[in-house]
Amino acid sequence: MEKGIVSILGHRKTKSTVEKAASVIFTCCAVVSIVAVISITGYMFISGTPAIFKVGITEILFSQVWSPTASNPQFGILNIILTSIVGVFLAICIGVPIGILTAVNLAEIANPKVRKIVKSAVELLAGIPSVVYGLLGILIICPLMYQLELLIFANSTTHQFTGGSNLISAILVLTIMILPTLINITETALNTVPDDYRKSSLALGASQIQTIFKVVLPAAKNGIMSAIVLGVGRAIGEAMAILLVAGNSVNVPLPFNSVRFLTTGIVSEMGYAAGLHREVLFTIGLVLFVFIIAINLILTFILKGGNQDGK
Amino acid sequence: MENSIFDKKSRLSDKVLYSLIQLCTLFSVVLLVVIIGYICYRGIPDFSFSYLINTPSIINDTIGILPNIINTLYMIVLTLLIACPIGIGGAIYLNEYATNKKFVSVISFTTEVLAGIPSIIYGLFGMLFFGGVLKLSYSILTGALTLAIMILPIISRNTQVALEAVPKSYREAALGIGATKWYMIRTVLLPSAIPGILTGIILSMGRIIAESAALLFTAGSAHILPVGLFDHLFMSGGTLTIELYLCMSEGNFQEAFVIAFILIIIVLALNFTAKWISKKFDVNKVV
Amino acid sequence: MSIKIQAKDLNLYYGEKHALKNVNLDIEENKITAFIGPSGCGKSTFLKTLNRMNDYVKNIKITGNVSLDEEDIYDSRVDTTILRKKVGMVFQQPNPFPMSIYDNVAYGPRIHGIKNKKQLDEIVEKSLKAAALYDEVADRLHTSALGLSGGQQQRLCIARCLAVEPDVILLDEPTSALDPISTLKIEELLMELKEKYTIAIVTHNMQQASRIADYTAFFLVGEMVEYGKTKDLFSLPKDKRTEDYITGRFG
Repeated sequence: MEKGIVSILGHRKTKSTVEKAASVIFTCCAVVSIVAVISITGYMFISGTPAIFKVGITEILFSQVWSPTASNPQFGILNIILTSIVGVFLAICIGVPIGILTAVNLAEIANPKVRKIVKSAVELLAGIPSVVYGLLGILIICPLMYQLELLIFANSTTHQFTGGSNLISAILVLTIMILPTLINITETALNTVPDDYRKSSLALGASQIQTIFKVVLPAAKNGIMSAIVLGVGRAIGEAMAILLVAGNSVNVPLPFNSVRFLTTGIVSEMGYAAGLHREVLFTIGLVLFVFIIAINLILTFILKGGNQDGK
Repeated sequence: MENSIFDKKSRLSDKVLYSLIQLCTLFSVVLLVVIIGYICYRGIPDFSFSYLINTPSIINDTIGILPNIINTLYMIVLTLLIACPIGIGGAIYLNEYATNKKFVSVISFTTEVLAGIPSIIYGLFGMLFFGGVLKLSYSILTGALTLAIMILPIISRNTQVALEAVPKSYREAALGIGATKWYMIRTVLLPSAIPGILTGIILSMGRIIAESAALLFTAGSAHILPVGLFDHLFMSGGTLTIELYLCMSEGNFQEAFVIAFILIIIVLALNFTAKWISKKFDVNKVV
Repeated sequence: MSIKIQAKDLNLYYGEKHALKNVNLDIEENKITAFIGPSGCGKSTFLKTLNRMNDYVKNIKITGNVSLDEEDIYDSRVDTTILRKKVGMVFQQPNPFPMSIYDNVAYGPRIHGIKNKKQLDEIVEKSLKAAALYDEVADRLHTSALGLSGGQQQRLCIARCLAVEPDVILLDEPTSALDPISTLKIEELLMELKEKYTIAIVTHNMQQASRIADYTAFFLVGEMVEYGKTKDLFSLPKDKRTEDYITGRFG
């Protein structure tokens, strides 16, 4: 029998078409994320800037008066910006210690059974929809805060009672919402601290708690900063959970004032806003977007800076 | 010499910190128990299967959330149909085809950025672009396209991790017997990576079901039953979370808790499934 | 000469594995005692029983007795933080904390309650000088310790250990990760330190043991086979197994 020589050239045309097509398709898929980021950034700026020119950036950013539907409409969002800053700041102040201590327990102290239970609990908490948190906020946290409000302002003649829908209720809800993020990322950071440090510290006569607070936590500084920044990002972008809990009046951010956040401000009026009013809402969206970018840039710089000294 | 090792030191600060640590940990667990407990306490009594199969109608005097359930299902399926090919394709490119390191780092960066953008910004973008520019207005398709971008990082990263876990030797073996690249990916890599990809899908499902801010101004809040299977895509459709929000703002807490109860059950189920897959197939989750 | 640490009928189990078998050993004060033997013979494990660093290993069981200054260190009344102040340890891999040189050395004293800055300054200088490192780092005490070379880092770890003023210093293969010159420097250092401290050193390098140790113990598969003055052990080993190891027939 004659064996023909098998050509290694093969059917180059059809095979390479399929291969080429596959390669192109996959490249396009990867590019989608770049296109998405550019588009989102673009549209935020395109939709948000018209109102800046029409109303003027000083009025929008620095005026405290928000009356978009009045006969002489005013679009000052200073109170709204301050509320977001103060609210997120306080939520972080309360949440970070709780989150770090819980993460310390998970990473350093707890036995495997406890670890498993707590980690599962934290994962489930992370998966609960924001509106559900809002629901429980209205029905559990707000009444409690109302009781507190009645107590504190019992003799006040000037205080506008909020019925519990106020800044402090919103802060409590935000704190609970950012806990899973804070706990998970801090725990990961603690787990990457080399065991050698713990051993050395213990061998010098330090107790476990001393080792954790004087060696492990400082060594995990960068990771903890990431956790905090991600927590801030989550808190500042939260809308639905605090929508019905925060009150919705545009006020100075005091604990028992009914307030509006950047996010809740957009959601509460977008449904019916028209014309210039609507355009200003997009400007609020742009302000929020810029905040997020700024926070993320800060994170990148902190991490880069941290990597230069020490390690 | 002097000090005996027998005198036990009692450090007050140690004891205080230890107690605080236990307290904080307890807080998380108690929180979860209270949340689930309260929802069950208020949701179960009013829960009946008629809710699940009825449509709200003034004419027939019925209340129900069937349309919302259907809308949620539409949303999940549609979003995944759009996002999975793109996410998986992108991950394949990054892991198997990419050569330019700078390009890869740019894509990784943008994926990180997408993961960090809050849902309300997605909502605004979706409303402007898909709803406005593409003229889809309030519709399930608008919502799905918006959510698809949102879950892209989850699918992409989980697929990447899954592909990276496949040993290099598999690739070399396949290419060594003359398989072409796409053929090798299709027959060797992807099957091995399926558990990881599946985990990514389940995590995305959790995200889709829990989403509300991004859907409010894209998919709208209607609760009508679909007339045509395909036409429904272009109609406004409120998912379960949107309906929950509406109930809350109207003060209808009875229905709200029924929906919350259903949502909790779904979240628990998805969580267990993801864990089961992770454990059974030894997957590294990337949330 | 007095006995600083005494191990009596010491047995250690990692779960099912019998890692240390009936070890009886006296460590003399102000002398250098070396533990030698092939890999896995239990010498490091034994070292770690002397400051209870084995406590952190799961499934570990210890029977028998280890006493420091005639106090049983496994007694339930013992506070391990005080024990480890008296018995310090230097590990194989130099592992300074990611802090400044100053903070590394001051860590121990701070942990044990010393807050006064002047006191800490003195302790840091004294310890760095005792570890023969001061001259090299005096002008950069507040820079990161991670910028030092391997040999310097290990001397820093020794300084860190000296700063808590221990009675005993345990060293677990302290020079195996270092170059020959740094190794020699540290060996010289240990010879100086033995005048004030009791030193126990695990080494896989027999030459090192014969250079610096006053006493040497040979471990094999968890057993302490032979123990005696270094000169005697190396020139006239009493046990055939010791002789085989020393002449290089195995290990």
